[in-house]
Amino acid sequence: MTNALELDGLRMHFGPVRAVDGVSLTIPRGGVTALVGESGSGKSTVGRCVVRLLKPTGGVVRIGGVDVTRLSRRELRPHRAEVSIVFQDPAGSLDPRMLVGDVVAEPLRLAGGSRLSRRARQQRVSEALAEVGLRDEVARRYPHELSGGQRQRVSIARALISSPALLIADEPTSALDVSVQASVLNLLADLQRDIGFACLFITHNLAAVEYLADQIAVMYLGKLMETGSREQIFARPAHPYTQALLAAAPVADPVRQRAQQKVLLGDDMPSALDPPSGCVFRTRCPLAFEKCALEVPPPVRIGDGEAACHLVQADGTRPDVRTGAHG
Amino acid sequence: MILEVADLTVSFVTESGDVSAVDGVNLDLDAGEIVGVVGESGCGKSVTAMSLAGLLPRSARVSGSVRLRGTELIGAREPELRRVRGKEIAYIFQEPMTSLNPVLTVGRQIGEVLQEHERLSRKQVRQRAVELLSLVGIPSPANRVDNYPHQLSGGMRQRVMIAMAVACNPTVLVADEPTTALDVTAQAGILDVLRNLRDRLGTSVLIITHDLGVIADIADRVVVMYAGRVVEQAPVVELFAHPHHHYTDGLLKASPTPGRHAGTDRLQEIPGLVPVLTRQPDACTFADRCPAADQKCRGSAPPLTASSGSQAHLAACWHPTRQEAKR
Repeated sequence: MTNALELDGLRMHFGPVRAVDGVSLTIPRGGVTALVGESGSGKSTVGRCVVRLLKPTGGVVRIGGVDVTRLSRRELRPHRAEVSIVFQDPAGSLDPRMLVGDVVAEPLRLAGGSRLSRRARQQRVSEALAEVGLRDEVARRYPHELSGGQRQRVSIARALISSPALLIADEPTSALDVSVQASVLNLLADLQRDIGFACLFITHNLAAVEYLADQIAVMYLGKLMETGSREQIFARPAHPYTQALLAAAPVADPVRQRAQQKVLLGDDMPSALDPPSGCVFRTRCPLAFEKCALEVPPPVRIGDGEAACHLVQADGTRPDVRTGAHG
Repeated sequence: MILEVADLTVSFVTESGDVSAVDGVNLDLDAGEIVGVVGESGCGKSVTAMSLAGLLPRSARVSGSVRLRGTELIGAREPELRRVRGKEIAYIFQEPMTSLNPVLTVGRQIGEVLQEHERLSRKQVRQRAVELLSLVGIPSPANRVDNYPHQLSGGMRQRVMIAMAVACNPTVLVADEPTTALDVTAQAGILDVLRNLRDRLGTSVLIITHDLGVIADIADRVVVMYAGRVVEQAPVVELFAHPHHHYTDGLLKASPTPGRHAGTDRLQEIPGLVPVLTRQPDACTFADRCPAADQKCRGSAPPLTASSGSQAHLAACWHPTRQEAKR
């Protein structure tokens, strides 16, 4: 069976800026992979390459087995319905002059759904709205009349109306309040389970994906540092960056949070204009040594995933950023 | 008490009538204490913070009392407030880039604050600026003092903002979402700086945030706000372990926390929306979203009262969660 998404050595350079620099990733049909990283890591650029809002400067993007990396706009059209995207800011990604019903119906129209009768289209729109928990009458409102959570539901309805095999969710809940965030995350999880689309969930917040993703990929300065199953990444993170990221996210439990040993990274991510030699994380890594500046660490198989670190070995040896122990 | 806020009420005159933002808030801050105010957007937490030193626009109607070491600030004249701002109550805000002047070096900007309140020579000002940058953990402060804001990372800029805020050794530091725009790795550093200021200078800190993780990390005491009112107030460990108000309880359960959701695949949601209030009703403002609400809740506003267990734990609820468990 073909995979929903395959990235093979994806590169997206903007002139001298290496925003994405060799990312390889596979999402099987119906799988959910979280792409996690700090701002500036290149995670959103990956998403934009996949939906071909950007034309990658290198590597391959395959959607459902079809290489879409270099297709022209016209050639892409038949594949557009295969993949949809939901953005962070629902206020900025919905046209304020369009009625919600037209916003949601637009992908159908673009996919050559003009053959669909007006009535059939309306029917599909109300189904899509119902799926995301919105009442039919919302179709006749404008986006500004809705709350942030409702707008994000509209974005999700629009993304799913063409029955895509792959959904890119780019920080879909980061602009929302905690209580609303929970309902949108639950909605995405429910829809994913029921409909079975594959999902690339892009986020800076590891905690948000703990119960949503099967696989987690951790990105830093254009490269993947570590990939693995959700269970493994949370329980036994191998890469020092993954460990630091997990330790830095505060836990909403004062007793646990205060007992936790902190790992301070120093807060300067280097510029993607001039990334460090060798391992890109070495300038902030508390465990870096000579080799890290000289050689780019290749991904090493560990458990059910891979980590790109000189201190990680295939026999399961991994560093611990808290104790500073090598292995 | 350093700061005592009593029955603070703020409303705004708008085209569509008056909007009630804060309704009878009581709050106090002891010397060297870190108090966290938590709530979702629109709950009135920032308006409360801004009203302390008279930073609200003219369209705001403010009543009640804000006493700083016994001196009343509500209704104080502008020259009096100018003396208080920076010297007694200092602020840091969410977005350090828009709060810093892009065409002045950080040393100059810190210097402006110093010269506003103290008589110092140019050489002394520069020396003091370097000391302050070092206090907030900026590496090689003697060089950084000549940097422009754009040469610094987001975390470093926020450190500069803190250096400016504490330049005159204020009694109270109000930090309004100081880490919301930052990555988790930078956030951990900023929280450390705030803790360090309290420990070394004895500064009282009022931290405003929507993030329960931040509260769990840094606050001694927590004030929970909802729709313009304080709904619960307690020492931090007590609040997280035994929330009395159903809103606090819901907020805690809705926050993604690594480890807590093991075995479940859903976050708990709080149904419904935060009300927009033109007039504060004589009812519990959370009643429409509360699982325990009854006629009493819709007919009269519950006062903020101490629970049976502790004088330090207050909740505004007719049917607190604990009593329910006993039934």
